Amino acid sequence: MAARALGIRPGLTVTQARLFAPELEVVDAEPEADLEGLRRLALWAGQRYSPFVSPDAPDGIWLDITGCASLFSTEKALLKDLHRRIAAFGLTVQVAVADTAGCAHAVARHVPAGRPVTIEPGVHRKAIALLPIAALRLPAIDVEGLRKLGFERIEQLIGAPRGPLAKRFGRDLHRRLDQALGNVPEPIEPIFPENVPRARRGFMEPIATSEAFAQVIGDLVADAVEQLGRIGKGARRLDCYFHRVDGHTQAIRIGTAAPSRDARHLAKLLCARIETVEPGLGIEAMTLVTPLVESMAARQGEGLESLGRRGPDLAGLVDALANRFGQRSLHRSGPRASAMPERSIALSPALGRPTGAAWDDDLPRPSRMLERPEPIEVIALLPDDAPRMFIWRRKRYRVTQGDGPERLHGEWWREGGHEAGTPLAVRDYYQVETETGGRYWLFRLGDGTSHATGSMRWFIHGAFA
Amino acid sequence: MRQSVVLEHLRARIAQIEGVGTRRATIPFGIADIDDRLPGGGIATGALHELAGSPDLADDASATVFVAGILARMDGPVFWCLRWRDLFAPALHLAGLHPDRVIHVEAGSDTNVLLAMEECLRHSGLAGVVGEVSKYTTTASKRLQLAAESSGVAAFVFRRASKTEQAAEGTAAVTRWRITAFPSEDLGIPSLGRPRWNVALERVRGGNPHAWIVEGCDATGRIGLSSALVDRPAAADDRKFVA
Repeated sequence: MAARALGIRPGLTVTQARLFAPELEVVDAEPEADLEGLRRLALWAGQRYSPFVSPDAPDGIWLDITGCASLFSTEKALLKDLHRRIAAFGLTVQVAVADTAGCAHAVARHVPAGRPVTIEPGVHRKAIALLPIAALRLPAIDVEGLRKLGFERIEQLIGAPRGPLAKRFGRDLHRRLDQALGNVPEPIEPIFPENVPRARRGFMEPIATSEAFAQVIGDLVADAVEQLGRIGKGARRLDCYFHRVDGHTQAIRIGTAAPSRDARHLAKLLCARIETVEPGLGIEAMTLVTPLVESMAARQGEGLESLGRRGPDLAGLVDALANRFGQRSLHRSGPRASAMPERSIALSPALGRPTGAAWDDDLPRPSRMLERPEPIEVIALLPDDAPRMFIWRRKRYRVTQGDGPERLHGEWWREGGHEAGTPLAVRDYYQVETETGGRYWLFRLGDGTSHATGSMRWFIHGAFA
Repeated sequence: MRQSVVLEHLRARIAQIEGVGTRRATIPFGIADIDDRLPGGGIATGALHELAGSPDLADDASATVFVAGILARMDGPVFWCLRWRDLFAPALHLAGLHPDRVIHVEAGSDTNVLLAMEECLRHSGLAGVVGEVSKYTTTASKRLQLAAESSGVAAFVFRRASKTEQAAEGTAAVTRWRITAFPSEDLGIPSLGRPRWNVALERVRGGNPHAWIVEGCDATGRIGLSSALVDRPAAADDRKFVA
């Protein structure tokens, strides 16, 4: 980057470059080492983001994130994570996502945004039109030739008659253009990590039914499990690739919460995802890869006696639910030290080790808590008493009994969140019981003496049993 | 003599078809007045139970603690399938259900909650499965009841914000409960006593509906009948019946 600022560009000779920066340090290019590094980076991304990765020499990586965003809740979150992590490696990175590989390639290299760029679905045509011809992945000599003919931007090329140009520049020109526009498919050949259990089946005739897929998955998993058993590992993640006859490859990925060598269990998890595969004209081969394995000791059954005593097979159930609803939808709660009740819950993995920790038993806490406190209108006799009546969601509640206040101080040391603006916030919580017996958790913002502690407005935060 | 053997045989077959033949453990409330009205003397495991509060949040909150109290007195992990994110876990702990035992499943929609419940109910060894839905059909209740029968896990469908006057659909559930808040004893000081609930058993297979006023769960998940309430006219009638 610093070199670019001095005017040094790729393609310059060393003598010329030294004119710009006499103290320039010259490092010999090592294309093989670069490619190896790229490959390693691609495999890392393959572990984390998508089963579909491929190095794009000399300086890029393809990631097919179709259907992978749900792990990060949104596509934006995935891109942000990717960008942040690669930047943390000390690399300068430009991330772009688009409908077509060609468009993503062009935007990543020709839109110097410095942050991940998302080309929304359907607008890649518009996005690519504004970019220079060089973004089309053409040989430098063709770009120069087109420039001489007056073609600067891709939009000019889209409108121009194809015949004469094809005659001069060859078919490649329009193939690249069509790939970027999505008119012709551009399959990405994924790479697989080496030294991990892998199984492959090719078919004489392409298959296209889910029953056939399930059958093959069963065979592949059996192979993989056998390989895993030999190296004493269990699978934490499985990627199944479907190679279509038209050269496209699709993948399904499943994860397990604990290393597993249970062929039936793994096959069941994979088969639950078959419906996401579009067979098109047929699948000619399938590959099963185990990119993530963990040590798992061989186990010996303890005879029939042990069956009764063994706890339930939670791992199987948790995997089935997690692969269906997403890893993030499953959790256990535990206590977290926080003054604010809404932050007093720490989420932990469903199969984590039981901690035995729990919340303080003395504090009354509601069983139903509103996601955010809702303002209410209140009538109270004395300023520090529990209210006598409140109106919530246009309904009137007459209070017969009350208990409080329990004073909670805002966490002024936190830099984010909604207390950031009001670090001195104080909440006085009251439990009240209405004439029908319903118990609610109300609070008043502020301590009543200093305005910095809150506006003295009332809120409802939950309901008790 | 021979006739009675035939009858015995038929009864056994009917019981098998109805699914009550496989006697499973029940979790008693520890209150004779309630347990006597439930087949098996308590909440049956391996069966579907339905419960509801009302559109009032406090009633749903009471129903939440009511079911947490039942689960607290069972052994094993609990799966709690949610549609909304308003469940506040510390309250479950206050009813005796330790957080290490509860796995929350945020399924997102009614359909997903029911799917998740059915998946959970196929695994024996769990204490119970709770699913919070806004609506569910008779067909869904039959599926859950069958799944619960096969694994022996207690299933609870919690119909959130369910209207009291709404005509309830047919259900395959063994019991149907409605829990609403009831004014607690006035202690005469600015403090709150033990909460009280109106626990209505709206439907029970092989029994009659009934309602009780009970005192809310203590730290071990037990509800209690308060002595002050036992001589209420309605309750007095029942006592005659039970005794």
